[in-house]
Amino acid sequence: MGEKLIVTPSPHIKSPRTVKGVMLGVVISLLPACVGAVVLFGMNALLILITSVVSAVVAEALWQRATKQEITVGDFSAVITGLLLAMTLPPGVPLYVPAVGSVFAIVIAKQIFGGLGSNFVNPALAGRAFVLAAWPMSVAGAWLNPLTHDAVSSPTPLAVLKGGGTNIPGLWDLLIGNRTGSLGETSIILLLLGGLFLLVTKIIDWRTPVGFLGTLFVGTWIFGKPGALFQGDGLSAILLGGAVLGAFFMATDYVTSPVTPKGRLIFGIGAGLVTLLIRLWGGYPEGVTYGILFMNLMTPIIDRFVVPKYYGYEHDARARKSAEGKR
Amino acid sequence: MKFISIMLGGILIQNFVFMQYLGLCPFLGLSEQMDTALGMSGAVIFVMTFASTVAAAFEQFILVPLHLEYMRTIAYILVIAGFVQLVEIFLKKTVPSLYKALGIYLPLITTNCAVLGVALLNARQSYGVLWGTVNGLAGALGWSVAIIIFAGIRERWKFMNIPGTLKGFPLALVATSLMALSFQGFSRLFASVLK
Repeated sequence: MGEKLIVTPSPHIKSPRTVKGVMLGVVISLLPACVGAVVLFGMNALLILITSVVSAVVAEALWQRATKQEITVGDFSAVITGLLLAMTLPPGVPLYVPAVGSVFAIVIAKQIFGGLGSNFVNPALAGRAFVLAAWPMSVAGAWLNPLTHDAVSSPTPLAVLKGGGTNIPGLWDLLIGNRTGSLGETSIILLLLGGLFLLVTKIIDWRTPVGFLGTLFVGTWIFGKPGALFQGDGLSAILLGGAVLGAFFMATDYVTSPVTPKGRLIFGIGAGLVTLLIRLWGGYPEGVTYGILFMNLMTPIIDRFVVPKYYGYEHDARARKSAEGKR
Repeated sequence: MKFISIMLGGILIQNFVFMQYLGLCPFLGLSEQMDTALGMSGAVIFVMTFASTVAAAFEQFILVPLHLEYMRTIAYILVIAGFVQLVEIFLKKTVPSLYKALGIYLPLITTNCAVLGVALLNARQSYGVLWGTVNGLAGALGWSVAIIIFAGIRERWKFMNIPGTLKGFPLALVATSLMALSFQGFSRLFASVLK
């Protein structure tokens, strides 16, 4: 007998998909929007992106070196964290903001808990929430005009809406990203391109972004206009702010979102609701960050209570009882 | 309107754990398992609500008429500790099942600074008996939401490769700060509508 019989525990069916492969896919899907950010906002955007990614990767490598672990920066997860954090920042922030944010995201939000797969909040969003709390003026006020790159003191479209105004850019400008906003959130078409790539390659589940954006659309349509129901501008609501970026690239993070399909739908809807709550009635113009962070906290509970049906499960309580008796 | 405002304030905006840093000892100590977290939540909701009532009544009918407001802290500590002991005796005699369900958590609550905290906050806001009770309930619900979420997160840590020096309380405190950061988004929620 030439062949050995190897006995191993399950699982026996392996997928060619690896952590590195998935992460690389996400990086590729983010690239068009990053290029768009550099075209729209110029060298500033490029510098912020580079600073953020380099600090994230260096922080991860140094931490793993210091704690004598295997250095895993080659899996691109730190690159994604850096890219996503940079994309949520305004193009005019001083460079220490993305640097500090990235280090916070990698070390405090991720590595302390045991590295990739152990963090309970999305590292990039935790980093953003941290720098937003630390330097509120420079993170919420350093906007640049697209293409002309001059610093503007005029607020973003969402802040205009929050102040009760109605003068926001038209639909086409919103789609190509010709508005003030964070680096990577404005070029909607390029973001959707990346999101579509992730959906087609089945890296992300459609339920989270659809639940998120759908809730935001319907909720804004119903409550968006003060004093009148069903007259809000739902379409602008999902094109403005970081909704598309968050829904496709942050809410779908494997580690911090539920594992079951139904759980993912609940996650998307919940994040949409909190975003809506903060946008319409909260203290901040934008709520995507906090919407996703809040649902990150809820993820363990969702996973605990939203369990798929057993194979052969029946709705009849008596049948279930007898089935449980047999198990 | 005031009811909604106090409720939202207690649960989301002015959450005892995340925004006022009260009741952290039981929050950190009893959040390792969902069962204990749920048990403690039940006990806190029960005691905090009614301790607020008792403390507010004590304030209104004894301290204020006798001009003894400067004795408030000491008086409240005694009133709350006494109240918890009375509740314990009462439950043991009359509702043994509830007493059993709350178990060790009931006496533990005497040490929960959030119970004293909410009573003192009520007095500072001069909420009176009715709204003081509502505020106590809201604060207790917020505290429970916090510990239940945290227990869900913490139960997963058994499977994580956490650096040894950070295990236990250090990591719990870091995690609490990250959760507080996430709740930051609710600050000034409905401020324009309710004021």
